[in-house]
Amino acid sequence: MSTAVDSPHFVRANQVEALPPPNLTRGPIAWARENLFSGPFNTLLTLVVLYLLYVSIPPLVEFLFIDAVWTGTGREACRAETAGREVGACWAFIWDKINYFTYGSYPADERWRVDTFFVLLAIGVVWLLWLRAPRRDLGAIYFFWLFPVASYIVLTGGNADFGAGFWTGFLIFGALLIGLFTLIAALLKTSIRPALLIGGGIVAVIGITLALVDFDWGLQNVPTSLWGGILVTLLVATVGIVFSLPFGVLLALGRRSKLPIVRMASVIFIEFVRGVPLITVLIMANTMLPLFLPGDITVDRLLRPLIGTAFFASAYMAEVVRGGLQAIPKGQYEGAMSLGLSYPQMMVFIVLPQALRIVIPGIVNTFIGLFKDTSLVAIVGIFDLIKTIEASRIDPEWAAPTISYTGYAFAAFFYFIFCWSMSRYSLGVERRLAAGQKR
Amino acid sequence: MQTVVSQTSPPKKSVLYDPKVRGVFYQALLVVVVTYLFYVATTNAIENLQRAKIASGFGFLDVTAGFDISQTLFQFSAAGSTYGEAFLIGLLNTLLVSAIGIVFATILGFTIGIARLSSNWVVAKVAMVYVEVLRNIPLLVQLLFWYIAVLGSLPHPRNSYEFGAGFYLNARGLFMPRPLYASDAWLIAAAFLVGLVGTFIYRRWAWRRQEQTGEQAPVGLVSLGLILGLPVATWLVLTLAGANPIGVEMPERGTFNLTGGMQILPEFVALLLGLSTYTAAFIAEVVRAGILAVSRGQTEAAGSLGLTPGQTLRLVVIPQAMRVIIPPLTSQYLNLTKNSSLAVAIGYPDLVQVFMGTVLNQTGQAIEVIVITMGVYLTISLITSYFMNIYNRRVAIVER
Amino acid sequence: MGLDAASIEAARNGHTGDSEGSIREPPSRVDTVGEYTNMKKAIAAVAFGLTAGLFATGASAQATLNGVKQKGYLVCGSNTGLAGFGLPDAQGNWTGLDVDLCRAISAAIFDDPSKVRFIPLAAKDRFTALQSGEVDVLSRNSTHTMSRDTQLGLDFPAINYFDGQGFMVRKKLGVSSAKELNGASICTQQGTTTELNLADYFRANNMKYEVVAFATSDETFKAYDSGRCDAFTTDASGLYAERLRASNPDDHVVLPEIISKEPLGPAVRHGDDQWGDLVRWTHMAMLNAEELGVTKANVDQMRSSDNPEIKRLLGTEGKFGESIGLTNDWAYRIIKHVGNYGEAFERNVGEGSRLKINRGQNALWTKGGLQYGIPVR
Repeated sequence: MSTAVDSPHFVRANQVEALPPPNLTRGPIAWARENLFSGPFNTLLTLVVLYLLYVSIPPLVEFLFIDAVWTGTGREACRAETAGREVGACWAFIWDKINYFTYGSYPADERWRVDTFFVLLAIGVVWLLWLRAPRRDLGAIYFFWLFPVASYIVLTGGNADFGAGFWTGFLIFGALLIGLFTLIAALLKTSIRPALLIGGGIVAVIGITLALVDFDWGLQNVPTSLWGGILVTLLVATVGIVFSLPFGVLLALGRRSKLPIVRMASVIFIEFVRGVPLITVLIMANTMLPLFLPGDITVDRLLRPLIGTAFFASAYMAEVVRGGLQAIPKGQYEGAMSLGLSYPQMMVFIVLPQALRIVIPGIVNTFIGLFKDTSLVAIVGIFDLIKTIEASRIDPEWAAPTISYTGYAFAAFFYFIFCWSMSRYSLGVERRLAAGQKR
Repeated sequence: MQTVVSQTSPPKKSVLYDPKVRGVFYQALLVVVVTYLFYVATTNAIENLQRAKIASGFGFLDVTAGFDISQTLFQFSAAGSTYGEAFLIGLLNTLLVSAIGIVFATILGFTIGIARLSSNWVVAKVAMVYVEVLRNIPLLVQLLFWYIAVLGSLPHPRNSYEFGAGFYLNARGLFMPRPLYASDAWLIAAAFLVGLVGTFIYRRWAWRRQEQTGEQAPVGLVSLGLILGLPVATWLVLTLAGANPIGVEMPERGTFNLTGGMQILPEFVALLLGLSTYTAAFIAEVVRAGILAVSRGQTEAAGSLGLTPGQTLRLVVIPQAMRVIIPPLTSQYLNLTKNSSLAVAIGYPDLVQVFMGTVLNQTGQAIEVIVITMGVYLTISLITSYFMNIYNRRVAIVER
Repeated sequence: MGLDAASIEAARNGHTGDSEGSIREPPSRVDTVGEYTNMKKAIAAVAFGLTAGLFATGASAQATLNGVKQKGYLVCGSNTGLAGFGLPDAQGNWTGLDVDLCRAISAAIFDDPSKVRFIPLAAKDRFTALQSGEVDVLSRNSTHTMSRDTQLGLDFPAINYFDGQGFMVRKKLGVSSAKELNGASICTQQGTTTELNLADYFRANNMKYEVVAFATSDETFKAYDSGRCDAFTTDASGLYAERLRASNPDDHVVLPEIISKEPLGPAVRHGDDQWGDLVRWTHMAMLNAEELGVTKANVDQMRSSDNPEIKRLLGTEGKFGESIGLTNDWAYRIIKHVGNYGEAFERNVGEGSRLKINRGQNALWTKGGLQYGIPVR
């Protein structure tokens, strides 16, 4: 077959002259040629986009930085006719109002309490989100129990003053609860010790929480009508995440439950909430919650949108968690069952740890959405960051043409920094998880 | 799963261990708790309403409204129109801004999504920055910004920008001539319908012919001719016959503002801009993910068949990507519709602003108003997801 | 059983901060209502969890005065910010005519005008807040109308400012009468009587207009100020107050026409007559004091006056204070801490303020106005 002797005609007999090397394959010019000017269409596109950038970026930079007013105490500084020059963003206005934007009308002497809240929040967030932080189990306890209780005390002043009657009632309630647990254990003919421990634990946790809230810490009571600004924005977001995560997990489990009524209830709740705009939920919480409660009980004005957002976020969280649950291979469930684990054991020890890990990016994305949505509480009259900006921009002391733009630019920066870093984080986790999946 | 447990433990100790019994118990407990909460909420609400002497029932929908609305798609006046009509006005305004917003957002979103994957570095980066910035700033901030930006850059009506042919722009909005339809204008609409049906038939014929013979027909041109040409021709014929089917009402300068003609409110423009640019950022991500989901082999195969990059995108990549794109795209459309409720912040008379704002306050019938409003959004969502499910089932069959 | 007891106590003592057992609710009617509502309180506490319970504040619909005394402070629904009527400064101190009424009530009860908590309420939330017991009194430039009085479960015990709806326009438009506003666009707040009056007025005068409605007064005014509308409409007092917030107040002019009657006054829940009386007589005391020439400065000398009317007012004669559940020097406390009506008016909205509103209809009846102090007798 092989013909070593007569070489075919189409095979060249002698060496061709070497071509010159392509003149540039690396370096900025080659890169530009390849990536920007690879053809007539691409060249045109590049030029058009560059022109658009030329038109839009310099004025923006000029407005935000070059022509901006950095210092000043009133409208004169930010008006072109009094300042005697072109006036861009009026950062002096933000600087003047920064306390209002951060704390709302929170009493000036008590603002260290708000700062404490910010620090507590930062500790909790870092502890939970930093995947290599020590004792993240304690972190969860901190974030979902200690932190909310501490924040409540720090911000409102605690000292709920329940009175003796309440504590008597609570003791009876505690005794009954422990009794109930013991009774169930007796009926099931299992050992009574764990039942006592669980019952006692629940009562103890509730009791300690209530005692902490009841205790007079010597802090001045600050009504929620004085809270505002970034404090409220972060508070709404925090309450949203603290409540929506556990509640969302429950809803997701409910939706995948084998019990038809539980499943139906979860589906109805989730689909209902996801089908309506948040603003209608907030308006509902604002106007209908008082109607559904007995006539002489009123719900705090700030608490209403908190309840609204918590429910709203739960439904979205449930769908994210459900995605994680579905992604867990069937073998994990079957393995757990073959080990004889009960449903709660299976979920808590086998399925949820894996499922929640997968959906961390989804959870963070939901949280980004929630964080942006907190701005909507402004529409129902809560003084969050947006509302404080809206209220400040009509202050006659600062009446100048660029005040509104400056205020919104500040809000945009604030939200962007938070949301963007969260999305970076979720992207990072996603990459890490993807790396773990590689074989 | 519980059945497994019961099978492995043959000596039945107690009914309490029977998973079925437990299931029934848990569910009964849930039903009792939920029913109880409902009962309590309802009785409280009834008691509270009676105490506050707020009427209940839907009778208020027939009561004269007594207020005016800035943008009305049909005749509405404080004198004769009812709360029910105010509801319809709000609903139509919501649907109007959503429908137009969806069109704009789709066009912009697809453009940016494709641009993000462009081999052109500048284009890809600009698209990325657009998506990152717009996605990470709350829509409310963007809407407020657009509103003052739109208002702030437009002049007082006395110094309106004039574009000729009856087009004016000022702080009260964009003014343009309004067509007045005469009695025989239906002929033009009929011609338009005929054009649509004709296009449909022609396309089917062209497709069948291409299947059989491989010859392509100029579908695009003929469709354009049928859909646009037929009505125009009808109009010409009618005009030449002296019928004058469509008249024009030009906006004119009044004491304060231009009167007559058609007016597009600045609130509408701000809302439309905000909604479509914001949603476009999300659509861009959806489109990008969809295109990336189409395997590279498809593009390479198309290239080796000699298709140009444009043809590859249009005929090979996008049709396959659409299967991945459409479900999340629909939910973006729903989001846009739901987000249009933020109109309340800038005074555009959408459903929430008119109905949950004005009507709720004027009547005090919070429960009815909230139930109706939520019901509308819920209905839109459910209908959309119903069609979505049908679509998903269809493409799922095609796939394997 | 135990659960109920615990929750009942939780709800009863929820946030009220009463010292245990010192003041108990009076018997009779209240307790039967109490039995019934306690049950529901328990349910609510269970349903909304303890956190919600902690935020919730209890207030009985019947005995507002006792509730206020127990809490140790008055909860007053106020405007979110209307110069001259109710406006917090940067430190959160509230000032204004409506605010002074709340301070006067607080002074009458506690001999201390500062025991008031102000809850800023938007127009659309104000009546629900009062109905639900969130505020004890609503002193927020609210118009007394028949439907509100009879259909919303409210009472308007007094009128502390007679007002009417007017228009504000830019001077450079050259408009001098509301009748010339044909074809104008007008900014107004949605869900108010203002919106309805506006429609009525233009219809009655056969004029066209374009309405632009916003949810809050801030948004409405800002839209007007940034040129969205030709005219801005609200109560005349509000026009003067809002004008101060314009970029250039001098560019705007309030038109002479008043197109509606807006008697503004405090509102309380229907059915608690004792509390309604207290609010009414707080206002009346301030009016009578002005009529009798009793001022913040001379109230101490006036206590030794021989004028029987002054004696009755300041409690040196008769037991009028006790009849409304207060001490007999209630009016003395009001005048001492807050001053009479004329003083409050001048300080907040009159010549002594930035608003510079003429007394006009709000002058005493002796000076041709409508403010008529009902005699203490």
